[in-house]
Amino acid sequence: MIAQYIAFGVFAAATLGGAVALVWSRNLVHSALYLILSLFGTAGFFVLLSAPFLAAIQVLVYIGAIAILFIFAVMLTRSLTNITDLFNRQMWVGALTGGLLFITVLVGIILPVWGPNGSLAEGLPRSVDVATTRDIGLQLVSGNGYVLPFELASILLTAAMIGAIVIARESE
Amino acid sequence: MEQGIQIIPLWMYLVVSASLLSIGVFGVLSRRNAVAILMGIELMLNAVNINLVAFWRYTTPDMANVDGLVFAAFLFVVAAAEAAVGLAIVISVYRNRSSVIVEDVDLLRW
Repeated sequence: MIAQYIAFGVFAAATLGGAVALVWSRNLVHSALYLILSLFGTAGFFVLLSAPFLAAIQVLVYIGAIAILFIFAVMLTRSLTNITDLFNRQMWVGALTGGLLFITVLVGIILPVWGPNGSLAEGLPRSVDVATTRDIGLQLVSGNGYVLPFELASILLTAAMIGAIVIARESE
Repeated sequence: MEQGIQIIPLWMYLVVSASLLSIGVFGVLSRRNAVAILMGIELMLNAVNINLVAFWRYTTPDMANVDGLVFAAFLFVVAAAEAAVGLAIVISVYRNRSSVIVEDVDLLRW
């Protein structure tokens, strides 16, 4: 079972290392590539958490569509951003906010409740069976499942697509 | 714990997710480029997704219950819509002001 820990460490390093490099890299194309690395790490977490369907969507939708969209946006808006300052004037306030958020969540919530000695450390008994893609698909279209949110999601996607076209269109 | 097949404790996932969220918050608050700010938002959404799936995996006794997975799948939809509209706004701003630095976009400042 040590292999699980090794895989977890690799995925955590990819996710967090990619995120830190994304925030700190001056070149936005590099930022987009680090975003892809971070998203791959998250897909690995989904595999470890026995959610293979989500891992597949993560690679298809996030890396295949959203990250490529980001690269397109970077190339369409190329300007003199490489020679200006990386961070704005409130950088230290931002760093303080992020750090305080992390410490608060870690010390205040995660470690007391779910930590090694926490009240919910054991958790509920977990089953060995894994939900298959078939289970998710049936839930998404069944009448007492998620068919209404599913249709709402398609309306949201249509509205976002139309909105993106209208906003980014060249005004005549 | 004889039927638990996973040995990685839940809090490790939560720590990774909290770190990812904090890095995203820092990126959103501190970067000057609008595209980088949108990337920070994507990082935060990913942290939420890890949390959702981890809690689903560790606290749902019956794995036929896919609530957490479906919730995470809807988050993908919202993230895709947000990225599309956000990048369209960035491109539109760049066309009008020739800049993607958010401090240059002060049209609504009173």
